[in-house]
Amino acid sequence: MSTVELSLGPNFFNWPNEQLVDFYARIADEAQIERVYVGEVICGKRMPFSDKVFPEIIERLQAAGKTVVVSTLALPVTVRDRKSIVELCEWDGLVEVNDFAGVAKRKGKPFAAGPFLNVYNEGAAQTLVNMGMESVCPPVELPMTSIETIAKAVPDLDMELFAFGRLPLAVSGRCYHARAHKLHKDSCQFICDRDPDGMDVTTLDDENFLAANGIQTLSNTVHATALTKDELIEKGVKRLRLSPHSLDMVAVINIFRDLAEGRIDGEECAARLRALPLPGQLANGYLTGKPGHLWLVD
Amino acid sequence: MSLETTQDSHLLELVCPAGTPAALKAAAEAGAHSIYCGFRNETNARNFPGLNFSEKELNAGVKTAARHGANVLVAVNTFARAGDTELWTRAVDAVAASGAHAMIVADLAVLDYAATHHPNLRLHLSVQAAAATPESVNFYAETFGVQRVVLPRVMSVEEIVRLNKEIDTETEVFVFGGLCVMTEGRCSLSSYATGKSPNLTGVCSPPGDVDYQENGGTLSARLGGFTIDCFTQGETAGYPTLCKGRFQAEGETSYLFEDPVSLNAASLLPKLHKAGVTAIKIEGRQRGKAYISQVVKAFRTAVDGLREGKTSEEEVSAMLASMTEGGRETTGAYKKIWR
Repeated sequence: MSTVELSLGPNFFNWPNEQLVDFYARIADEAQIERVYVGEVICGKRMPFSDKVFPEIIERLQAAGKTVVVSTLALPVTVRDRKSIVELCEWDGLVEVNDFAGVAKRKGKPFAAGPFLNVYNEGAAQTLVNMGMESVCPPVELPMTSIETIAKAVPDLDMELFAFGRLPLAVSGRCYHARAHKLHKDSCQFICDRDPDGMDVTTLDDENFLAANGIQTLSNTVHATALTKDELIEKGVKRLRLSPHSLDMVAVINIFRDLAEGRIDGEECAARLRALPLPGQLANGYLTGKPGHLWLVD
Repeated sequence: MSLETTQDSHLLELVCPAGTPAALKAAAEAGAHSIYCGFRNETNARNFPGLNFSEKELNAGVKTAARHGANVLVAVNTFARAGDTELWTRAVDAVAASGAHAMIVADLAVLDYAATHHPNLRLHLSVQAAAATPESVNFYAETFGVQRVVLPRVMSVEEIVRLNKEIDTETEVFVFGGLCVMTEGRCSLSSYATGKSPNLTGVCSPPGDVDYQENGGTLSARLGGFTIDCFTQGETAGYPTLCKGRFQAEGETSYLFEDPVSLNAASLLPKLHKAGVTAIKIEGRQRGKAYISQVVKAFRTAVDGLREGKTSEEEVSAMLASMTEGGRETTGAYKKIWR
């Protein structure tokens, strides 16, 4: 019988090491989740800190039977950023590539593609499968019709759907945390650590709109893919990706576990998510090709 | 093909936009070395109503440009829609048949099709592919034979110097016009508000999703229903391009992402040349022929001045003075302080 797996995406935010260690320890011990992506994908400047704890985090997750995938930077800029991608791509385990620099370095060895890599169609997917891609989480703006087309045209590929969390919408050379605090990127004081789910950005008439996280811009809303298990399988989705936030992620994983195993439907999933302290309203517009901030029900 | 004499005689190739056959002619007459344009459909990243070329117009445009010694580069630089990639492969075939000098591409599927079916067609990597490291540039060069890369507008001159030392591929950089503050091809802000984006539909902050609302003497410029900026009476109301809006964060109101400025790196041409850049690019396929003509003339003066070793900075600056958005301009990420 077909199943839908769950994965925990890479953490986008600048959490202190103790929080990272505790967070992943709890995932290892309490979360029913098949796959966990770990590693810094947003800002190379954070790596000297978090790099110190990732080896023990990986060990702990692997000991708990989770498949660990090491995620790499979305926008490598400095020599150090580039070196990190080269080194991580040499890893014998599975690596998530978020920039074509990684595809080049991984050539021949299997890799997973994250949502920062532009895989918009079956041709691009097949080209990358020929180079070793075995799993893809497509860009978040891609509608379900396109995702289904890719999944069916390239059956060897594991299709992973971004299913929970603030949407990663953009990356930039500029750091918006530094800019908002009138600091320079090179002397940013790592001020992004003040916002464990991103810095709220509202419109001039006080409407919640976006969230900044260093060089990254996310949605203020929390995207939730609330399709039923049968619908997911029918559309070729192999795995749901849940993106880490500072709320109780084990509770989030439990809700999606119930969805993935067919015990609850989308409506129930959304209702249970809303009972949690989400950083924003639920949204799912992208799935039907509509504006990403909308919440649409059938 | 290009006139070799033109190619040999300049230090920096001047690449200019054309949204219409009239603009192409204006750019050619004003001294563009190369002119880029796209088809009138979703295959190019400036898919605005009333713009762009039919296949027939492209064929004629290639001839017009050639008469002035200019090359035509055709942008087929959006990401092909899943299940509907024929629109893109047909565009590639049409570029190959037109005699255009090169095609500007971002999507792997389009690159793969072009490299397989038209191995002699020269490929330039679009800025929409956001290749900014030697590893990614070399990946495209080695896999698809890409000969030039248009660099994302998030790189500093120092980074361009370093990149050029490690790649054999030619580099092209934007020097004037609109400025993306987000890495191109990696930005879904527009679709988040409107459902339409550069990667999905070839548009950003599209006019059809813009409205202006008057409320107690304040004019709100909105995109997809979100207020992007507000203007009091007497202020000039700007177009609500999402990343150039005014927002609130940390209790303060500011142009958080970028001020409503446009890029002008005219003063950096000597540095860019020294950095090993092959070509400089002017943004603005949505611009009319009068604008194109004036900006192209200014940059041609600058490029010729550079070749002749004379300073034309003041003259060029005067020629460009009225052409920047709201008169405000920036050298963008080329200077590291921008970050």
